[in-house]
Amino acid sequence: GFSGHVGHDPHVLYTISAVQILALFDKLDVLDIDKVSSYIAGLQNEDGSFSGDIWGEIDTRFSYCAICCLAILRRLDRINVEKAVNYIVSCKNLDGGFGCTPGGESHAGQIFCCVGALAITGSLHHIDKDLLGWWLCERQVKSGGLNGRPEKLPDVCYSWWVLSSLILIDRVHWIDKEKLVKFILDSQDKENGGISDRPDDAVDVFHTYFGVAGLSLLEYPGLKAIDPAYALPVDVVNRIFFGR
Amino acid sequence: MHGRPRKPLKPEDSAASIAKANKLRTLQSQFYHIHHNKIYDKEALDMSAKLLEMNPEIYTAWNYRKLGVESNLQSLSDPDSIKSLLDEELRVVESALRQNYKSYGAWHHRKWVLSKGYSSIEREFRLLDQFLKADSRNFNGWNYLRFVAALQHVSEEEELKFTTDKINANFSNYSAWHNRSVLLSHLLNRKAQGFVPREKVLSEEYELVHQALFTDPDDQSGWFYHLWLLDQTVNQDTTLLISSWPVHAVEGVNSSTVTVTSMLEKNENLIWKPLSTNKSERSTEMINWKDENFVTSDALLQDFTPTLHRFNQLTINKDHESTNSKWHVETLENEIALFRELLSEVNCKIAKLTLARLLMSLDVIMSSRAICKQRTHTKEVLELFNDLIKMDPVHSRYYKDQHSLLLMEQVTSDEESLAKHFWYYKELTSSLSRTNFCLRINKLSLSRIGFLERLLWIQMLDLSHNELQSIEGLESLQLLIYLNLSHNRISCFTALEPLRLIKSLRSLDISYNEIGMHSIDTTS
Repeated sequence: GFSGHVGHDPHVLYTISAVQILALFDKLDVLDIDKVSSYIAGLQNEDGSFSGDIWGEIDTRFSYCAICCLAILRRLDRINVEKAVNYIVSCKNLDGGFGCTPGGESHAGQIFCCVGALAITGSLHHIDKDLLGWWLCERQVKSGGLNGRPEKLPDVCYSWWVLSSLILIDRVHWIDKEKLVKFILDSQDKENGGISDRPDDAVDVFHTYFGVAGLSLLEYPGLKAIDPAYALPVDVVNRIFFGR
Repeated sequence: MHGRPRKPLKPEDSAASIAKANKLRTLQSQFYHIHHNKIYDKEALDMSAKLLEMNPEIYTAWNYRKLGVESNLQSLSDPDSIKSLLDEELRVVESALRQNYKSYGAWHHRKWVLSKGYSSIEREFRLLDQFLKADSRNFNGWNYLRFVAALQHVSEEEELKFTTDKINANFSNYSAWHNRSVLLSHLLNRKAQGFVPREKVLSEEYELVHQALFTDPDDQSGWFYHLWLLDQTVNQDTTLLISSWPVHAVEGVNSSTVTVTSMLEKNENLIWKPLSTNKSERSTEMINWKDENFVTSDALLQDFTPTLHRFNQLTINKDHESTNSKWHVETLENEIALFRELLSEVNCKIAKLTLARLLMSLDVIMSSRAICKQRTHTKEVLELFNDLIKMDPVHSRYYKDQHSLLLMEQVTSDEESLAKHFWYYKELTSSLSRTNFCLRINKLSLSRIGFLERLLWIQMLDLSHNELQSIEGLESLQLLIYLNLSHNRISCFTALEPLRLIKSLRSLDISYNEIGMHSIDTTS
């Protein structure tokens, strides 16, 4: 496994990030792929869920990290995919969304993780696309930005979590794309660069990434296409799976 | 990272920020030393506590503390010292949470300590009360509440009461409504004492949610709960499972070879109704879809009757009324009246959408009970969706799709309406005499198709001159041979994915669409 920084403990969150970064630079061969796969496989629990690390926190975010990471390494067979999918489905809520654990409130970030994991494992049929699609499109507020759950403020990072989920369930036409593009562009710091969570807030690299990724999903000109499930550029994903 | 205003740092703030960063760096390098050398004495633990209080996101420090606890527990045996050791952990978590009450690491550490079984659960409830008062939407807090309630074996009834208190304190609490729906589902499903009959409970919930909705119609918190209640109200007494498969590719599908597992209670009385099929004829390569090739007449419709017979096999005809149907209809009519009243006072988008859904639900119930076959509110609902497109342009495509679905429902609702769209295709220029019945659903501005389970027997379908971007669901038409999708808005090849599953398809027209309009195919 990988840690967040030198000297820290391993965790599945940083393991997926490490693998994604290496994939971007086409350096997956520096990994001991079997060892990384074993680390992740070892984090799966009896009910199909995944712990973040040896200390046992369970969250559907970790299911996504594990599934996405193993898919990139082409070792999905190292885990029990059926149980993993069943666990994710058990976190489906009555409003169509997904939470971090069974019964957890629907949240766009968790929804992205669950929908992404289901997409990667070919299990999107478990989702009521119309119900979830409506819940997701209602994240777009008057200003054009997206929030993460009802009655919360819009935030540029949801341009990724909500948008990629909508694309994966073929309902992205239910939001107003132009208004969202404007919201993201308005959140730029035009003097010093970078993008913030909403207009006139302080910028940071996290929101800059999600703003740019969101714009890519919205087909903003000049940006490379990004894969909504793997959160990697499409050409990187093609290279991993099709060798070109 | 979130919600910090953008402004240049004042010199004193900048200095403070640098000082803080330096302090963190120092603490962190000290921390690496104690962690990697497994030092768990008081001084070391205190240092890690300081680090976590400054930055609760250093997950490795929480791991270190767990290791410290386990190491120190080995030398303790009396419950009091164990408890006091663990209480210290809880103190560190609490001060970390006051720094950042959303810290996953902090909450998990608390769960880990609680699992040891030495801590006061009462205190946890008091703590949660504080945190949820400070931010009622703190989902980490709500998750922790579920965890503690499970530890304490708190009954779902009591947990439900907690949500009632929270809702009464502030209606705008989606988290409380969500938890309420989860708990109520469980209680209703297992027919817990005090939660029977179901109808009585649902009626009370309607009363509760009305208070929220009418206090502030623009607040979304109650609306999703209302949708859930509606879903609970419009339940079908029997479930219809319709399935289709490629005629010649898959053989031998019948009740003895296929098992159906269902989550529903009643699994007996599974009735198989196979749909009779024609042998598929040899087809020509091209179909000339021009209007002049299609004719219709009453005489021809007589030939059409065997086809219609197949259609009728797919509809459910209820011979009896179920015991509680009166309540369902009354409740819906009640809700409809209330929302009409609300809309007369305030022009609220979500009230309109809910009214549309209520009217559609009522129609579904009425037609399934064979009270009246035609849905009586279709025209009104279509107008509501048109209003919504104007009122809420951001979501106009959603309303358009719902509008299209309802139009498709209307077209496929019974023999009479279907007959209006049935044409007899006669290729006048060909030497071969080709005859076929074609279902033509054109110029309805359809953005979406639906209710295809009613059309499984269709072999020739003309959906041209609409606004279709997606043909999701079309794959169920496993007998389809000829398809016209021209003059629509299909913008990418992946939208045609369903066609790959229609093995019988021989002729396809996708001219005058928008394929290739976007440089990237962003659908999955």
